[in-house]
Amino acid sequence: MTPRRRTLRIGRTAAWTYLVAVLFVTIFPFYWILRTALSDNYALSANPASILPVGFTWGPFQRVLGLATTEQSIAEGGSGASISLGHYLVNSIVYASVSTGLIVFFSTLAAYAFARLHWRGRDFMFSLFLTALMVPGILTLLPNFVLVKELGLLNTYAGLILPGALFSAFNIFFLRQFMLGLSTEIEEAALLDGAGKLRVLFGITLPMTSGPIVTLSILGFIGMWNDYFWPLLATSDDSVQPLTLALAVFKQSSPQAQPDWAGLMAATLVAALPMLVLFMAFGKRIVNSIGFSGIK
Amino acid sequence: MAVLETTAREQRPPREAVRRRRAAGFTSPAHRGDARLAWVLIAPALIGFLVFAAYPTVRGIYLSFTDFAVLSPPEWIGLDNYTHLLHDEVFWSALGVTVYFVVLSVSISLVVSIVTAAVLHRLTSSTVIRGLIILPFLISAVVAGTVWSWMLDTQLGIVNIVIKALGGDGIQFLTSRGWAIPSIALISVWKQMGYTSIIIFAGLQTIPPTIYEAGRVDGASELKMFQRLTLPLLRPILALVVVLNVIGAFQVFDIVQVTTKGGPANASNVLQMYIYSKAFGQFDFGYAAAMSLSLFVILIAITFLQMRLLRANESDTNA
Repeated sequence: MTPRRRTLRIGRTAAWTYLVAVLFVTIFPFYWILRTALSDNYALSANPASILPVGFTWGPFQRVLGLATTEQSIAEGGSGASISLGHYLVNSIVYASVSTGLIVFFSTLAAYAFARLHWRGRDFMFSLFLTALMVPGILTLLPNFVLVKELGLLNTYAGLILPGALFSAFNIFFLRQFMLGLSTEIEEAALLDGAGKLRVLFGITLPMTSGPIVTLSILGFIGMWNDYFWPLLATSDDSVQPLTLALAVFKQSSPQAQPDWAGLMAATLVAALPMLVLFMAFGKRIVNSIGFSGIK
Repeated sequence: MAVLETTAREQRPPREAVRRRRAAGFTSPAHRGDARLAWVLIAPALIGFLVFAAYPTVRGIYLSFTDFAVLSPPEWIGLDNYTHLLHDEVFWSALGVTVYFVVLSVSISLVVSIVTAAVLHRLTSSTVIRGLIILPFLISAVVAGTVWSWMLDTQLGIVNIVIKALGGDGIQFLTSRGWAIPSIALISVWKQMGYTSIIIFAGLQTIPPTIYEAGRVDGASELKMFQRLTLPLLRPILALVVVLNVIGAFQVFDIVQVTTKGGPANASNVLQMYIYSKAFGQFDFGYAAAMSLSLFVILIAITFLQMRLLRANESDTNA
């Protein structure tokens, strides 16, 4: 074996070792959530190093889903107060899916106007929209809170959803770029046949743009599902609060001396589960979307 | 940014002619009626832009010059908020803590991401592995913060158990002044690293393999090629990643809120945390707005500086 081949082999071994280490650190916490969520708190503190669940029980899940009695939850080291993540889950689903649906739809309409229609002021409006990319959330969030409060929309789905459901500079830019790259032949043929612009938009352009629309929907849904700061400002009533807030409150209200770690991990798993399901279903697409959005 | 450059590039020459005709009041038959439809189509986005982006920005600037506690109307106080800011020790400490966090998290994340992307690129094209790497990106910062507070717990956390088993002393990751920010930075790196790696990975895939073949013929080592070819060719995408990561890191909040709430004793009281507590803990919205605006100005200055330093628009192959 030549020295060069040998260094190459050592290099490959080192690279694989590194990759396995990175993968381990990445994935281990997910396993640890599951392992802890199936454990009994008292057994946990007696045997914290066990790789497998200790004192196996479904109790933590029953606790966070509001299915456990107070005595039962105290017996397993819960705080006694059982929370019911079920309706927060519904709130999260409403918040994430309605917001994502609206923002992608409205962005598609605007992108079509910028990519295909000829109108005075088009270039100016487009540049104006792009300036919004420069403004960070922190600058608009507080005034938006004041606005939503003045509109009387605090603690409503409308107040939670509206500020992020109408306008996204990134989405419009992304879709417009894609539409500009599409061939206009089919659209022109349809127009010659007497179809109106709206029909062309919904019948031809929209289906041809379905790839990036799905991409933006997935990325948007992930972002909204995980959103914490805006719901924290806009909601204080648990009838509209999403899961992220419920989890944070549960974490903070957990007693400092003896937190209900098993219950917390069960709640964490419930909060993360939809994303994990999304990942199972669209993993490859998500990976490609992220790479794609970065290159653009 | 890079965005504006692309729009400028695709203005094809015929557009000039179109514009001249349009200016003369002439619209080609194919585009008659476009204007009305266009305004209808952009109406929702335009309303969203005006009501929830432009107006709050202007209003935020205005409020920063007022004394405003939400319940009573804002009262103009000129530069008072800003002079107060200059003497507010907590603000400067929060700024310092934030900068410390930004430097730690962005630099660690960048190094780990570049190495991971390069290793992935050389070893495997498996989408499954790339998928697993981005798993932490899919969960919320609240979930990430909660899991890691458990794993980093002083008594029962698995990390400390391992450290002790290896003969080390237990570390108070989230409850000691010295470790709070480094711990939060590591959690943030854990959450962000996969996403950044995938973007860099996508950048690596755009580099034609022939370039490396030429290097190999010349007898260059892997490491040398990485240093002399890969990194310079990646410069634009790395610049973008750095700028976006810095902007994101400056606004860190969720992880801090869940893990330390800014403690112990302000040791991890980052800017957004302080702004939030001023606004919603003490209802000092005017002052919170002034701090938000200052953060925005800092972000613009840093972004501008980075674009200059990193020469974001060029990839220098023959450096």
